[in-house]
Amino acid sequence: MRKVYSRPRLLKRVPFHYCPGCGHSIIHRVMTELIDEMNLQDKVIGIPPPGCSVFAYHYFDVDMAESAHGRGAAVATGIKRAFPEAIVFTYQGDGDLAAIGTAETIHAANRGERITAIFINNAVYGMTGGQMAPTTLSDQVTTTTPYGRDANLEGYPIRMSEIVALLRGAVYIERTAVNSPANIRKTKKAIRKAFQAQIDDLGFSLVEILSPCPTNWRMTPLESWQWIDKEMTKEFPLGVIKDITGKTDAD
Amino acid sequence: MTKVLMNGNSTIGEAAIRAGCQCYFGYPITPQNELTEYMATHLSRRKGCSFIQAESEIAAINMVYGASLAGARAMTSSSSPGISLKQEGISYLAACELPAVIVNMSRGGPGLGSISASQSDYFQATRGGGHGDYRTIVLAPSSGQELADLTHQAFDLADKYLIPVIVLGDAMLGQMMEPVEFKHEAPDELPIRSNALRGAKGRPSRIIKTFTSKPAELEEINWSLSRRYQLIKKEETACETFLVEDARLIVVAFGIAARIAKGAIKNARSNGLRVGMLRPITLWPFPSEKVKDSAKRTKHFLVFEMNMGQMIEDVQLALEGKGEAYFYGRPGGVIPTPSEVLRVVSRLYHQKGLKSGK
Repeated sequence: MRKVYSRPRLLKRVPFHYCPGCGHSIIHRVMTELIDEMNLQDKVIGIPPPGCSVFAYHYFDVDMAESAHGRGAAVATGIKRAFPEAIVFTYQGDGDLAAIGTAETIHAANRGERITAIFINNAVYGMTGGQMAPTTLSDQVTTTTPYGRDANLEGYPIRMSEIVALLRGAVYIERTAVNSPANIRKTKKAIRKAFQAQIDDLGFSLVEILSPCPTNWRMTPLESWQWIDKEMTKEFPLGVIKDITGKTDAD
Repeated sequence: MTKVLMNGNSTIGEAAIRAGCQCYFGYPITPQNELTEYMATHLSRRKGCSFIQAESEIAAINMVYGASLAGARAMTSSSSPGISLKQEGISYLAACELPAVIVNMSRGGPGLGSISASQSDYFQATRGGGHGDYRTIVLAPSSGQELADLTHQAFDLADKYLIPVIVLGDAMLGQMMEPVEFKHEAPDELPIRSNALRGAKGRPSRIIKTFTSKPAELEEINWSLSRRYQLIKKEETACETFLVEDARLIVVAFGIAARIAKGAIKNARSNGLRVGMLRPITLWPFPSEKVKDSAKRTKHFLVFEMNMGQMIEDVQLALEGKGEAYFYGRPGGVIPTPSEVLRVVSRLYHQKGLKSGK
């Protein structure tokens, strides 16, 4: 019998600490598969953030280092400038990339740093227990918006990918989701294109991934997948937001 | 070797390049801009080197953290308010045992303060500054030549002990033009640390981090750091002594204040007053033994700082009650003159009856 699927070689044999239904484990699997397929294991350096995915380095079998909250893009910049042969990615949540790290993200993108940001948007602060994120939807209830996010008081969900797309140093930006097999495949393809933009020395690339957080959304895993389709994608439409890599889609 | 006339900030830049500094990341702030500009001109075009004017001091120190992760010699510089912003990054560097050089050409504080020379960042520099239980080596140059020598040494110490090293200067040292001799040529090959993150090629993947859900693990990291700090205390404490052998009054001062005090002491000597000076070159580790030892000769110490009295706490700790520490200081960026210090020295000398040798 031909083996058609197995555990990715670069995903360490360690049980995930993530909650059932969490998107991180799917994204970790997709990314480790991809790093292997693109034969980048020797060159990749990953920067996970403080947050639920702080332990990403226990799962990815590649070089990784912790970063202060929000500083991923600056840390990645330092690595890439010191060692340009590396393929450097940050793995950041919405609070990390779009609140406390807004300045670092925007300026790294604007300089066209040859790094890739994997931006996990789950509309909530996960590890700290479900507080409002910059991407929390209007009227969404979180522990710090117990009456629902009120635009008059708390502003609007921030579309960070669209903001970054305005910067001339950013060359590839796509928003995907991991709430269906088809979307998971698209996510993998998007990350491949983002890494390729870095390999081709073109500029900053970013993949925003809408990712379920059933625990903090107070939903079942299935409900959280449906909520991404019904609610999140209305605010954060899926698709390629910017592509000036000049490459045609191979698939 | 020939001497060149340079301002202090540029001297640091040249010394860093000659020490094999590969990456410099900075953000403009007076009075250290000549250093950032020097690196923009002279480092950015060097082969394999990188210069970034970062979007903030926070970004700059985190770029340094990244470059250090990748094994490069990296530096950032700022002045007091900017150094406050870098403290988070310095804590992470210390935690992850990453070498880096951080230059503080300090100015008057607190708050936005003034752009004039001050030494009011002594506590911040010597007590860690950021969160957590850590130390940084702190070097305090007092001349253009020392800016060159200690900047070079800062990179060596950082690599030797895997620790962030702070060069604590001030506005006056940064702006002053002085003749300097550079004792090293820039290396042909940039030094790359071996235990860096460069991709898992031909070796298992590597993680650099401190975060853990197990307190006992973090405790062990703290013990390990502490053991290294003890070693640094033993090996790297540096102090200059000046006319202390027969001194009845010893002035303790660092950096530019020591330079001012030296003038006062020379004049005091020509007036027949037996005054000497202890100048800590490493503020951490503090030369406590030297201070304690001096208390065998005299009981009278005048601590002179350009602040409201910070290093005096270390002097008092070192004396262990075996001597008396008096204080004179000017905060806020006021630069005292040698004659002003001489007046203080003379008054104290006579008040304490040291003239008669008691």
